[in-house]
Amino acid sequence: MSKMIEISGLNKDYSGKKVIDGLDLEIEHGELFGFLGPNGAGKTTAIRILTTLTKPSSGMVAINGIDVAREPARVKSEFGIVQQHLSLNRDLTIGENLELHARLHHLSKKERSERIADLLDYVELSDHIDYLIDDVSGGMKRRAMIARALIHRPKLLFLDEPTVGLDAQTRRKVWELIRRMNADGTTVFLTTHYIEEAEALCQRVGVLHHGRIIAIGSPLSLRQKLGLIAVEMNLNGNATEYRYFPDRAQAAKFIKSLPDTERVVMRESNLEDVFIELTGQKVLGGVT
Amino acid sequence: MIDAYSILWADLMALKRRGPRYLITTLVSPILYLVAFGWGLGRGINLNGTSYLEFVIPGIIALTAMTTSFNGAGTRLNVDRLYFKSFDECLMAPIGLTSLLLGKALIGVVRGLMSSVAFLVVALLIAPHIHISPQFLLGLLLTCLAFAFLGVLAALLARSHEDMAVFGSLILMPMTFLGGTFFSLSQVPLGLKYALYLLPLTHSSLFLRAAALDQPLPWGSFLVLLAFLAAFLVGGMMTLKRISI
Repeated sequence: MSKMIEISGLNKDYSGKKVIDGLDLEIEHGELFGFLGPNGAGKTTAIRILTTLTKPSSGMVAINGIDVAREPARVKSEFGIVQQHLSLNRDLTIGENLELHARLHHLSKKERSERIADLLDYVELSDHIDYLIDDVSGGMKRRAMIARALIHRPKLLFLDEPTVGLDAQTRRKVWELIRRMNADGTTVFLTTHYIEEAEALCQRVGVLHHGRIIAIGSPLSLRQKLGLIAVEMNLNGNATEYRYFPDRAQAAKFIKSLPDTERVVMRESNLEDVFIELTGQKVLGGVT
Repeated sequence: MIDAYSILWADLMALKRRGPRYLITTLVSPILYLVAFGWGLGRGINLNGTSYLEFVIPGIIALTAMTTSFNGAGTRLNVDRLYFKSFDECLMAPIGLTSLLLGKALIGVVRGLMSSVAFLVVALLIAPHIHISPQFLLGLLLTCLAFAFLGVLAALLARSHEDMAVFGSLILMPMTFLGGTFFSLSQVPLGLKYALYLLPLTHSSLFLRAAALDQPLPWGSFLVLLAFLAAFLVGGMMTLKRISI
């Protein structure tokens, strides 16, 4: 059986600048996979190539065994997408936005009305079906975009920075929705620059840096490679230094050996640490 | 065709919400032209037995059809593509590019026809002798189609909202005043006359004027308009193919 996503030797240049640099990746059916990386790492470009919006410079991309470059019309029925920016038609209501998408995916009239009702119920927007897009909150817009992306029952859902700009409470609501969709059988491919989002949601994470995957695995396995316990030291008042240990006992032993323990913190490591160790940069920007 | 209608359906829903306001705003320009040129400047002018008012009304209808069809399709698409980014959703839908192109142009045709017919109703109150024939309506439809596809082409080529404004200033504005709308081509020097034949609006004005004044129809202008329509359609298709996979 083919993989849900197969990417091989993918490159994308813009005016001589490499945005995607020899990307290879395979994603299984039913997986919840995340691309983690700072802005400009190539996450959105990768999604645009996968969703037929951008032509790659070279390489092969296939979704559910269908070559995206050779059969773009066929592949478009296989996926749904929630883009990073608001891509709803603001002149239409939430219901009309879903209706348009259902029409473009050739659902019958009966299917359309049933599916719209079901999905608005799923994303808890049934009471807002007749609201214009500009009259609802950011979280509702995002949920409406998710409902729209699911209208044709895609096997694969792309979520490009699905919670960017949302408050913490709404973010968790969207996370719950993403988990539910994945549990219902939809393969989910998301991009994020939020560490906690990748850790909370993804079964596997690909750390993207300058268009290349520099580490890939489950959040736990990536942390294990580095060390599950981090020790932060600011001994001389300059830049903070980090050391990583497989367990708390070894970390505590190390701290005891330090001459000054006043500005030393022991905590669990996270994907931000993984990213910093691999690149020397923070995911949200800046150099450590 | 079903997919093209689906695209049009969304634009019609938006138009329905703004219908009365749209009609009122769309009538302002042609009525101002009518007052300024028909009643003001042209009062007392007679062109081969036709009052200037009757002469200028078909020109203003052609002009209205041009402006509203172009903006109805082009400005909307430009905003959808570059500002709302909702055009990406259409590009990712499993529909043919021809349907997408046609769907995006049709709202321009609808808006163009609405505005032109609304102005025609006003014009008929002032000049009831204007002859509305099937040929006139055919010419009006062809004008709306040609300029709607030009609007789509411009919106697909534009890289910013400013590009659309530049297109309006460099292409539409000169045509507004030079496309045979306010004066007869027989009154201009021969060289300029031939140059003005290169403008699609000139042929719209000539055809609609002849039909409205019940004169022999210039079918050559009709064919030239058809050629412009074909050129804008092919240009739009090629541009759409370039920006999509």
